[in-house]
Amino acid sequence: MLNNITRRTFVALASSSVAIAATPSWALTQGEARKLVDSLVAKINSVIGSGKSEAAMIKEFQGIFRRYADVPIMAQYALGVDGRRASASQKRSFGKAFEIYIARKYGKRFREFVGGKVEVKSSRKINAGYEVKTKASLRGSAPFEVTFLVSSKSGKDLFFNMFIEGVNLLLTERTEIGALLDRNGGNFDKMIADLKKAG
Amino acid sequence: MFFFSSVKSIATKIALIACTAALTACASSGVRATDGIYDPNEERNRKVHAFNVKLDQKLVRPAATRYSSILPDEIENSVGNFAENLGQPSIMVNSILQGDLRGVGLSVARFLSNTILGFGGLVDVAEILEVSEHDTDFGETLYKWGAGEGAYVELPALGPSTVRATTGKVVDLFTNPLSYMLHSPEKYYGTLASTSSRLSDRGRYSSTIDSILYESADSYAQARLIYLQNRRFSLGDEGSALSADDPYSDPYEDPYAQ
Repeated sequence: MLNNITRRTFVALASSSVAIAATPSWALTQGEARKLVDSLVAKINSVIGSGKSEAAMIKEFQGIFRRYADVPIMAQYALGVDGRRASASQKRSFGKAFEIYIARKYGKRFREFVGGKVEVKSSRKINAGYEVKTKASLRGSAPFEVTFLVSSKSGKDLFFNMFIEGVNLLLTERTEIGALLDRNGGNFDKMIADLKKAG
Repeated sequence: MFFFSSVKSIATKIALIACTAALTACASSGVRATDGIYDPNEERNRKVHAFNVKLDQKLVRPAATRYSSILPDEIENSVGNFAENLGQPSIMVNSILQGDLRGVGLSVARFLSNTILGFGGLVDVAEILEVSEHDTDFGETLYKWGAGEGAYVELPALGPSTVRATTGKVVDLFTNPLSYMLHSPEKYYGTLASTSSRLSDRGRYSSTIDSILYESADSYAQARLIYLQNRRFSLGDEGSALSADDPYSDPYEDPYAQ
């Protein structure tokens, strides 16, 4: 009995120390966070400068989101407390629908950046990782601030939230998904079907 | 002589209006809900929103699309510059009221360079000279003076606002010294230009605005959330952040948390 407990404690302790030991290799440095955003910004700039069709650009943005953003955590956050009621398969299909929806929606927005440029300005440490501020300069309008929150907690360096002039992408999407759920009387499957058509 | 007497009358008017404005804004700043949104008149606001969407659909959007497609971008920009330049004296007055010397300097520098070198404000010379842009309004002055944000309001035709920002808008009808010094019809050039400039923005950012008004599941809630976040961001009002949804909270801890 005692043996059993100590063994369990030992396993728990051992695994937690493994986690602690593993942390440094995950931990993101400020330089890495900036590098990620720099390369993300370079990709966005190259797509908006490519002069491709809207459909082709959106496809490219979908690839960019998959490569640079932690879409699963964004999807979970967007679902919010309601997510606790969802089944595993509902969560999976929601995740898939959300990825396409977000690439389509924000891909269309990025199209307005055509002829403009985005540059990294500053970065600082936050709870989940780093905050990287960029300045977007568009033709014929005052420059505005786009901020990325970057974390390595998923195992990879990825951004998990974005603010455009203070407007929080995750919060906006949580409101949107909440409204879609309300409209469908709280039914997840119907909400997911609606999401596939949205954006 | 005329100049000084009109400045004096403006100053007294502003002081009077400011007092009443500060009082109303303070009186109406109630408790804020935990999600950072205080919207006790939601039912009425939603009705106004429905009206605004219809107005946009039937009138503003078609007019804006036409305006943007007929006029070359250069002319649209000039109209925008002209409207913005006429707004600078009001920005100067508000900067004075906020005790923001840098803001006063910037707005004076912008107004003078654009008016003198930029053909009466048609060309944004200040941008070429790299004079930073500075924008403020009486709503911000009230914020700096410590007035509470007050309830969220959606105004007919003008859209999302708060009690404090609305009070500011009303007062700003009187804070522009130009409106006291110019006679009609010159007096109305500014209004005309700023209306055109708004149309131009509606046309230029057409797809973003469309996506909020026509593509979101609840355009009222979406417009409210976006407005409040953006307004607080531009005021630097960290205290009113949507606290329960702290944007810097770590979603990896519990993504389903409220």
